[in-house]
Parts: sequence; C-alpha cells; structure tokens
Amino acid sequence: MEHALDTTMTVNGSPVRRRIPAREHLVDFLREELGLTGSHIGCEHGVCGACTVRVNGDIVRGCLMLAVQANGCKVDTIEGLSDSGELKALQKAFHEKNALQCGFCTPGMLMAAQDLVLQKRRCSREEIKQHISGNYCRCTGYQAIVDAIEQVLNGQG
Amino acid sequence: MKAPSFAYSKPSSLEEALELLERPGATILAGGQSLIPSLNMRLSSPELLVDINGLPGFSKIEVLSSGVRIGCLVTHAQIEKSSEVSKHASLLAQAAPHIAHPAIRNRGTLGGSLALADPAAEFPACAVALDATFVVAGRKGERRVKAGAFFKGLFETDLRPGEILAAAEFPPADKAVFVELARRHGDYAIIGLAGIRVASQKRFVFLGAGATPVLAVNASRAGSLGEARQAVGEDLDPPADLYHTSDTKLHLARVLLERAWNTL
Repeated sequence: MEHALDTTMTVNGSPVRRRIPAREHLVDFLREELGLTGSHIGCEHGVCGACTVRVNGDIVRGCLMLAVQANGCKVDTIEGLSDSGELKALQKAFHEKNALQCGFCTPGMLMAAQDLVLQKRRCSREEIKQHISGNYCRCTGYQAIVDAIEQVLNGQG
Repeated sequence: MKAPSFAYSKPSSLEEALELLERPGATILAGGQSLIPSLNMRLSSPELLVDINGLPGFSKIEVLSSGVRIGCLVTHAQIEKSSEVSKHASLLAQAAPHIAHPAIRNRGTLGGSLALADPAAEFPACAVALDATFVVAGRKGERRVKAGAFFKGLFETDLRPGEILAAAEFPPADKAVFVELARRHGDYAIIGLAGIRVASQKRFVFLGAGATPVLAVNASRAGSLGEARQAVGEDLDPPADLYHTSDTKLHLARVLLERAWNTL
C-alpha cells in the first residue's frame, strides 16, 4: 500500500503536481512544499482556526485534511484571496479598526470572515461572533475584529 | 504534533472499501475531523487509512415515505442547510449549528459522528431521540440496527471490524427541539438535550450526561413539567467534568428540560 501518492490540485489558480506523503496535512504541504506561509499552524488539532483555507469554495481546517485528500481539488489560501483583491474590503476594515490583535489568527480570521461576506446577508454581532468562534486563538477581546467584519457586512461600524 | 506514517487508499466502490478494511490496522477515514486530530496528537496509529469519500451514493439525502434517509458522507454543513432535513428531521437541522465551527462542519460527516460515538456529540443523541435505524454495510451484506442498541459505551458501538455505517434513517416527529449549553459557541457541550414529541408521547435524550446518549425514560413519561423535573434526577447520574460537578450538570439538565418542555 502506498505511503506517498501522486497528487494534483489547483492552488490559487495554478496547477500543482507533487508526490505527497499520506501523513502530511494540507497546511504543512502548502507552507513547506509551496512556500505559502500565510496559512498559520497554531494548534494542529482543529481548535484555533489559524490554518483556515478554502477547498472547492468551502472553508476547512488545513490541519484536519490530508494533503492527498485535496487531489483534484481547487485550493485557495490567504495569498490567493489577497492577490485577487477578493479581500480588499475586509483588509481595509481590519486596518481601519485596528482589528489585528497579535496578528497570528488574522489570516484565518479573514478566511472565516470572507466566508460570511460571501453569504451576502446582514448579520447581528452575535451571528458574527458565532461564525468566527472557530478562530479564537490566544488573545482575548475580538471586539475590533467583530467591528471590522460588521462594517463590511452591514456598511456600519 | 505530526501524524505517524500510514498508507492511504481511496477506493471507488463499496466492495473495494470492504476488502481494504480487512487488512491489518485499516481504519476508515470519512470527514476526518476527529480522526486527524487524534493522528496529529499520535493518539492513534493506523497502518492504512481507507478514505471512503469516493464511494458513490453515500452522500445522498432522501425523503422516505416516512422520514428521511441520510447517507454517511453527508456533512454537518449539508444537514444544516438542507431544506429536506429542515422539513422532515428538524431536530438534526436544529442540532447542526451547535457542532464545532463552520470550517469543521464543512468536512465532518453524519456517519463519522455516529460511528465515533462521542458521548458529548449532538447527532448520536438526536438519533436515539428519533429512534433512528442505522444501515450497516459489511462483506456479508447489509444489516440494520436501532440507534438505541447501536451506542454501547464510551466510544463503543455495535459496529464490527470491517463494517461501514452506510446511512441512517430518521422517522418523523410532530415537534422537535434541540438545546445545549457550552462555555463558548461550538465547544463541547456541558450538557445538551434532544427532545421530540410524536402525538402525545415525548422523548428526551441527553448528551454529555453519561457514556452514551441517555434516554430519560421517566422524564419522557411525565405528565407535567414538575414531574419531569423530578424524574430527571432518577434518569440521570451525569459524570463530573473538569469544570462542572455532577450536581451542576443535573441542575443544568433541568434547565434544558424546562426550555424543551415549553417548546414541545
């Protein structure tokens, strides 16, 4: 049985083909093999959300998916979403509201927040908090982050 | 915090998957939202992961003449968003948003949640409340198990080595309510309650209250809220956790029972 597999995926629009050890999770592959270090590794067991990436349009935990499972998939990282301009409004709001805290969770926060933005609906602060509850890391507060997301979603702050 | 070495195979048919599962040290990989953390923490060390995500026909939600059949690979997010589930098994639709976080619900599966049998998980309690029937596939064919007989102990189920939980069938209820208490949205429940009513018969099943989902037999038979509150003390002996004593959990169980009672 194979311990490494030929895997093809599209990462941020570019085709990628590599032989990947089965044990390697997706975010390690993105960081170590492709140099996409914007997706962070915090807890490696699905608690902190710093590794959030998009697979076939859905946000997932990069540490809770094997890289070989992304075979045939479209993978988008914070680098791709930033370069394409998709995150422009959120990035501006995070900057204006000083919504960074220590910054470690920021890529994952932006990925989770953009998932909510794509749903194109007005949200209460409570709904925003629920949506980013999977990205709480080691700081506290998060009010400025909720402010920034609220500004983009509802055009207010 | 890196997974140990293992082999990986993604079969494209049930027959192939069942054959692979007979190999020594073979483990099923479905959504991976509990298995992969346990691999990363080296709490488990399978020799072969059989990724069942390529199996055809296991991702369907089908409306039956009475109730709904959900394939094992249907994700929590699909259950949360499905209009069929919302209409025919609203208990599951109400429970889904309580499971972890959006990014995890996009990968985690119904089959994985039921087969893991975490005592604090939402779907096992819903399945027992609705008296669901599980369809189990093995090399000798299919067999059917009632949810109440499926959950045998802490992370212990009726599944035998080499079997795959293929689907679950949920009968309809006239009214359903799911409530739980957690320190933070998406965290493991301190205690939770899946309640249904069919005609005048109520059924209350608690999660986080024992080694398996606990059917509160006496509270379910009670004629008034007062009687039910009293009866929960006979039905439950919840184990303490790091933050809550058994008494606290019993108190919280009564709080949830009251909320559920007034809704059903």
